[in-house]
Amino acid sequence: MTAVLEATDLGKRYRRKWALSDCTLSIPQGHVVGLVGPNGSGKSTLLNLAAGLLAPSAGRLDVLGGPPARDAAALGRVGFVAQEPPVYSAFSVRDHLRFGAHLNPRWDAELAKNRVEDLGLDLSQRTGKLSGGQRAQLALTLAIAKRPELLLLDEPVASLDPLARREFLQILMETVADQEVSIVLSSHLVSDIERVCDYLIVLADSRVQLAGDVDDLVSSHHRLIGARCDPAGYPANQEVIDASHTDRQSSLIVWSHGPVEEAWTIEPVSLEDLVLAYMARAKHPRSGHHFDGEVTT
Amino acid sequence: MIEFYLDQKLGVTPYLQLVQQVRRAVKLGLLHDGDQLPTVKDVVGKIAINPNTVSKAYRELEHQGLVVARTGVGTFVAVAPSDGPPTTLRPLQRDLERWIARARDAGLDDEGIEALFIESFRDASSVVAP
Repeated sequence: MTAVLEATDLGKRYRRKWALSDCTLSIPQGHVVGLVGPNGSGKSTLLNLAAGLLAPSAGRLDVLGGPPARDAAALGRVGFVAQEPPVYSAFSVRDHLRFGAHLNPRWDAELAKNRVEDLGLDLSQRTGKLSGGQRAQLALTLAIAKRPELLLLDEPVASLDPLARREFLQILMETVADQEVSIVLSSHLVSDIERVCDYLIVLADSRVQLAGDVDDLVSSHHRLIGARCDPAGYPANQEVIDASHTDRQSSLIVWSHGPVEEAWTIEPVSLEDLVLAYMARAKHPRSGHHFDGEVTT
Repeated sequence: MIEFYLDQKLGVTPYLQLVQQVRRAVKLGLLHDGDQLPTVKDVVGKIAINPNTVSKAYRELEHQGLVVARTGVGTFVAVAPSDGPPTTLRPLQRDLERWIARARDAGLDDEGIEALFIESFRDASSVVAP
């Protein structure tokens, strides 16, 4: 399968601090990829590297088969919406559409016009007067009308109220249904990720903790509940990601390599708990080794 | 036509929720043979869910023999409900409602009732949760 984004030992350093390190990833085409992780874990850095706005300090990154932003044609194939909706407040909505038409060789004027109408935006309105939700929708419209093959969205819904957030995600998913576009979006909201993403990357401590198809990840991880035990008593064929204990009980979140012994009760793990387990492990490394491959089925 | 929804408190993946909602609707006689399921784009536009997830759920339902996909037309329910028509379901439902009322009278709360039901259901059918 072709990868839309392929990173090998990718790293980015700001002065002496590594914002992203040893990042090896291969994101297959046609997915909506959710990028989650605590603040400062490298999400924005990875997206900015993919957009070509930052240059790697180490390793290699290919986007749609070559280095990011290598020429005008490559730029035209990637859409990027930065965290603060990147619109010019003194420009009108119409100015933005004209701007987009001039700058993008594959600009879909029809689509842009229809989207703006559907949103009920006044073409002569200055974007500085729009609500946060409308600005975000306009920025998304510009990025979609560009007809990219890869769309990068940095926390696109973080500043939106719940209704605007839902509308934004509806439009985004309709776009995926209509066009052949791969999406990478970062978010703190695992509930949104669960809705719209079919591929998940957990970044923490500047490293990739987990990457893979969401359904594969959920089905290969379990919560095991049993009598209280210490690490020596953990099941041998299960990789323990996170563990919590009460006086009598131990509850483990495990990546299953094989069948579970009878002594343990098996419960499913929600995506949110799975993400939290990997983040917790990154913060307090227990087992010393990282999940550094994709879950394959 | 069925209207899908997502309950994110359940801890069940969106994909499985869609599959279960169709199965349940067929079982309860709310979806009949020949009924059309909403198009992927309709579902996506309504509940803001990944289109691949909807397609995957429809493929799974097709695999289970509950629906058929007709290229260019849509996806249709293709099964007669195996549990009989709603007329046989209603008395069963009434029994269950009476039982729930008795459980409440006996002092059980919703959680206790649910736990007891699931426990008995497991015992009776000796179905092991996957």
